[in-house]
Amino acid sequence: MCPEETRFSARCLVRLTVNGQSHELEVEPRVTLLDLLRERLQLTGAKKGCNRGECGACTVLLDGRRVNACLVLAASAEGCAVTTVEGLAQDGRLHPVQQAFIEHDAFQCGFCTSGQIMSALACITEGHTGSNAEIREWMSGNLCRCAAYPQIAEAVAAAARDMSASEAA
Amino acid sequence: MQDFSYARATSRAEALALAAEGDTAILAGGTELLNWLRIGIAAPGRVVDISRTPGMDGVEALPGGGARIGALTRLNDAAQHPLIQHSYPVLSQAILKSASAQLRNLATIGGNPLQRVRCPYFRAEEPTPCNKRAPGSGCAALHGFNEKHAIFGWTEDCVAVQPSDPAAALAALDAVYVTERRDADGRRIPARSFHVLPSEDPTAHTVLEPGELIVSIEIAEPATRSAYLKLRERESYEYATVSAAVVLDLDGEVIRRARIALGSVAMRPWRLDEAERRLQGQRLGGPEVEAAVDAGFAEARPLSSNAYKIRLARNAVLRTLNLATRAS
Repeated sequence: MCPEETRFSARCLVRLTVNGQSHELEVEPRVTLLDLLRERLQLTGAKKGCNRGECGACTVLLDGRRVNACLVLAASAEGCAVTTVEGLAQDGRLHPVQQAFIEHDAFQCGFCTSGQIMSALACITEGHTGSNAEIREWMSGNLCRCAAYPQIAEAVAAAARDMSASEAA
Repeated sequence: MQDFSYARATSRAEALALAAEGDTAILAGGTELLNWLRIGIAAPGRVVDISRTPGMDGVEALPGGGARIGALTRLNDAAQHPLIQHSYPVLSQAILKSASAQLRNLATIGGNPLQRVRCPYFRAEEPTPCNKRAPGSGCAALHGFNEKHAIFGWTEDCVAVQPSDPAAALAALDAVYVTERRDADGRRIPARSFHVLPSEDPTAHTVLEPGELIVSIEIAEPATRSAYLKLRERESYEYATVSAAVVLDLDGEVIRRARIALGSVAMRPWRLDEAERRLQGQRLGGPEVEAAVDAGFAEARPLSSNAYKIRLARNAVLRTLNLATRAS
């Protein structure tokens, strides 16, 4: 709860929900959502790659929409719901997108993978998986220095099929 | 990142009041501001977060047939709104070719034209001659790395280009940036003259004054025959080498009016006025079309390493004229 009135504050109280769990933390205004997740909540799934919105390794869902966590101030996320890669598996079972990344060998070193998976989940729910070209375009904000792009696109397409099949069932 | 104090505006009046205080930066999408703070391009003592100010987002049809886009509308939402997709394809395409899917969920349509130049000397983390970073320090790009720099309107004091894709589309559409201020009347600033050329002020970026907020962007009549072409070194998620925005008004096969704005060729979206004048009344695909477009490049001047951009931009215009012809 940062200042409700016309007052600037040097400390901000931030209340937010992360992977379904409520948190209340005091932060300096300059703390990013990424640093809050990693340093304060020990959720290190979202990676700090470039720390300037270029690589996508820090991609998380903010109120259901994918964003670069390094470009969001924690104070601005007051009252928001955040989903990180740690929040995807349910009851010890991997999310279909996580499963698809394993089955399609969609990573080598793995550094970009949690960002890729969060972005892939959003790409699928946004409905941008109509073709390989569409997947590549809407996944372009996630760089992979190992260049596993063909397998990543295959994993996204497979997860999209899997998720629509289980939705229909 | 140097620390600052923070406030979140809860109304437009409060946003204007807080923005008008000295030493205060305005935070909307944050995709530029956070990096400025990291690099040292900006070091404000205070940041006012306007991102949740009510009544400043969304797309609405204007009574006369135009559209109003709230300044805080996220780029993806603006581009995928049915009114923008159907009536202003040039703008929808320009937005969707900007940045990445996750950046477009943060960045706003009002903030996007305020992005700073991508010149590596301006963005340098070490002190480097740059009149936009340190007025009077010179321009390292003039005789340095300038492959991606200006071919129009540059001076020896600054050769950088404004890289915004939406700004080029908005300039071709003759859109208007609607602003408000705490201590003065708001303004209606034409998109084609929103950015400042170095001949006017090499240290400036836009005509906005401190504390002045863009509250919406207005576009007049629909432009269904319009298109945006972005040429770049990668297929996606890359700044333009050059881009072209074209809006056509046709009478059968004859051009009644063509509006052309080039992106990433100057410090502002560059309208090809002379080409537009000569295209009037020309038949599509006729030999006069190429000559008319060439006339628009008469005042183009290359730097030491970017002569290729003149040919590239000229060909981009011809291609985009064809794309716009086929749109509807």
